[in-house]
Amino acid sequence: MSEQALPTQTTPQVDALALEREIAQLIVKGLNLPIQAEEIDPEAPLYGEGLGLDSIDILEIALIVSKQYGIQLRADNQENARIFRSLRQFARYVSEQRVK
Amino acid sequence: MSALPLIAHDRPAAVIAHRCGRQISAAQFLDDVRALAARMPSGAHVLNFCNDRYRFAVGLGASLVSGKCSILPSTHTPEVIRQLHAFAPDVFCLTDDAQCPIELPQLLYVEPAMPAMHDERQAGQFSVPQIDSGQLAAYVFTSGSSGAPVPHAKTWGRLVQCVRSEVTRLPVADLTGGAILGTVPAQHMYGFESTVLLPMQSSSAMCAERPFFPADIAAALNLLPRPRILVSTPVHLRALVAADMALPALELIISATAMLPANLAREVEERYGAPLLEIYGSTETGQMASRRTALEVHWQLWPGVRLTCSDGHCSAHGGHVARPTALADVLEPTSAEHFLLHGRTADLVNIAGKRSSLAYLNHQLNAIPGVIDAAFFVRDDSEASLAGVTRLAALVVAPRLDASAIIRALRLRIDPVFLPRPLLMVERLPRNATGKLPQHTLRALTAQAAIQQPHLFA
Repeated sequence: MSEQALPTQTTPQVDALALEREIAQLIVKGLNLPIQAEEIDPEAPLYGEGLGLDSIDILEIALIVSKQYGIQLRADNQENARIFRSLRQFARYVSEQRVK
Repeated sequence: MSALPLIAHDRPAAVIAHRCGRQISAAQFLDDVRALAARMPSGAHVLNFCNDRYRFAVGLGASLVSGKCSILPSTHTPEVIRQLHAFAPDVFCLTDDAQCPIELPQLLYVEPAMPAMHDERQAGQFSVPQIDSGQLAAYVFTSGSSGAPVPHAKTWGRLVQCVRSEVTRLPVADLTGGAILGTVPAQHMYGFESTVLLPMQSSSAMCAERPFFPADIAAALNLLPRPRILVSTPVHLRALVAADMALPALELIISATAMLPANLAREVEERYGAPLLEIYGSTETGQMASRRTALEVHWQLWPGVRLTCSDGHCSAHGGHVARPTALADVLEPTSAEHFLLHGRTADLVNIAGKRSSLAYLNHQLNAIPGVIDAAFFVRDDSEASLAGVTRLAALVVAPRLDASAIIRALRLRIDPVFLPRPLLMVERLPRNATGKLPQHTLRALTAQAAIQQPHLFA
């Protein structure tokens, strides 16, 4: 097919968006959220208001990124306020820390 | 009336708490208790909201020595705080959070500017307060079906008796000098007993932090002396296993708040090389039975506690349970001190260890202005998550509201763990001829909605 003939082009921005979408899908599926992944505002807070996640959800997200990307979240991480500020910030943290 | 000591530690340098790898002595604790008691206002009821477990224990001690009663609700939504204020108009909130959102008069916990120096030479001045066993120590609350929290009074004597019974059931020869790490809050009945009162009454030490992520639990355990005990829940134990988390050596793991599956219990014992004791209890009775879930199905009642059952309803009495107390679970006695647990009665829900009743949640949902009719129900179609949690769902009739407005209003009334997923807007509820809503009808309606609005069901 003609599309396959084109050279694959990836840029950091494209990779970041793809990871963001992948994480959104993992979260919606893993947390049984009553929305579609595309409906998550990438700039809205994950916790409390915004996406409305609670502490059990945050634990679920920790397990998802542990399984999927080999990252162990820590409550005493100084960066947590930034990490959970939005889906975009969370995806950025995953891309920096992932070991798989 | 007999009196019981505030703590069992018998020398000033005995360690009563650990915080970030530092030790806090029994003498320091008693100094902190006296200093805080001197700062407390005159009200006789204290909502102890301290997140730090050591500060919570100091708040408890200061309340006890000044004859005040601790108020321990299971959740702190604005609606619950309003109801607690109506229950005890003189209540004030002890908090260690300068931005504490609780709308009550607040007393901020302050650390002593210069911790006093203590050593064994001061042993002569070491005097542990004795508290009357009949003194009212705490009110703990369950969610009543009428929508108001129901208080349960706990005297100091019964609380101490409960955890002294617990000590006799723990498969650790001597807790002295050891440490107890809890992943549950001090305000929850189980956390109150097993992570605050247990170390206070067994000469061991509590851990001020409450670790959350699996890696936090491993790091906190690493800093503690042995024997080490982890007091946790099925949710956190499943998370430890799911995250493939290695833990340092420990002597005992305790689980409560929700039924622990036997296969998870076996996996935890095998992986961490420690016995796992599951505890059964309720807010009404406190802890009252235990079993080694990996090895046995029968629960053993605590010394002196007996069951009386008829027509499928059981009550407990004896030991630390002051008067016959109805149990919300379906129990089958198999001997004078053993029983099988067959689950909860239909109205009760347990999400990630938090308990409520459908009647209570329905009352709160229907009290939102603009809601004409509504009902929560237990989903049976959703797969449990990695941490093993299944949420509730709700159907709502409210033509002038949308789902997000209802969720916002509910957030002010009920613990977020019970927020419905999903909340479905419908034209009417499928009530039967007697006005009842059979759970299976609600589930059928949800299944229908799942076909029509698949995006609501991940």
